[in-house]
Amino acid sequence: MTLTAWVLLAAFTAYAIKVSGYLLPQAWLDRPPITELAGTLTVGLLASLTSLNTVANGQALVLDARLLSLAAGAIALKLRAPYIVVVLVGALTAALGRRFGLA
Amino acid sequence: MRASLSQRLTPAVRMGISIAIAVGVYGVSFGALSVAAGLSVWETVALSALMFTGGSQFAFIAVIGGGGAGAAAWAAATLLGVRNGIYGMQLKALLRPPGKAIPLMAQLTIDESTATAVAQDDHDERVRGFWTAGVGVYIMWNAFTLLGALAGNALGDPKMWGLDGAAVAAFLGLLWPRLTDKDPIAIAIIGAIATIALVPFVPPGIPVLGAAAVTAGVWAWRHYHRRAAA
Repeated sequence: MTLTAWVLLAAFTAYAIKVSGYLLPQAWLDRPPITELAGTLTVGLLASLTSLNTVANGQALVLDARLLSLAAGAIALKLRAPYIVVVLVGALTAALGRRFGLA
Repeated sequence: MRASLSQRLTPAVRMGISIAIAVGVYGVSFGALSVAAGLSVWETVALSALMFTGGSQFAFIAVIGGGGAGAAAWAAATLLGVRNGIYGMQLKALLRPPGKAIPLMAQLTIDESTATAVAQDDHDERVRGFWTAGVGVYIMWNAFTLLGALAGNALGDPKMWGLDGAAVAAFLGLLWPRLTDKDPIAIAIIGAIATIALVPFVPPGIPVLGAAAVTAGVWAWRHYHRRAAA
């Protein structure tokens, strides 16, 4: 198979996986234990994505300017800053941290 | 019409737009790396438009760039895409989408759209969050992929602009409002520890699945004990 064919096959497979989650019956998903599971997974998922974005670099764990962004973001959230401000504070902190020599 | 504009810019919409900008600009890195790995501009653009799940796309080009076979690239990309199946299940449970929306929703089902949707408290905000982040990331990611594929590394690393820090703050901002009680705080800590513990040992994209499995285990344990008590 050519590389282009593998690109298209991999894209099709990715779409098939995405669709598969939606094929579970709604009645089953509406059962109270399952909605509770969805709520629990929400927190676990958001915590997982936050920590991944903070310390993962491929398969390596790296402590760099992103850790400052996490701390600054938490302070901004504690001060009830609007979401867009929190995101900008995260960017600014990492950019400044790098300017002052952090990885 | 000013009132209607501010009504349309609900918190979920603003979150979706912010996250689309913070994350979508990374398409430039993907585009540049993909062409450097030996894919054509069209193959690169096809990956962003059709596959549209960043982790899988980076895995695909990493295997090709390392001299691997197409089948190995397919397998790596597919493995990393499995979490999107879990996201689809969760989005269907929370958003109860009409059947005719599902083919398009499925394509937009990625980390960012799922996170923005599930972080909201009411149904309409979840729907708005999903579509804003999904469509927003799609547009940004594809535009910046093309830019990166054509311009290569001339544009510089998005890291210099602190965009990786923006993504950290963006995901923390979605998690933050959930941390109101001991229970969710404990779940968040367990999810983060499971993720960090898995990073060195499994391919990127799998730690999220591990964290999902561990939090589901906590749920199952509680569920079982409540039943046993009743």
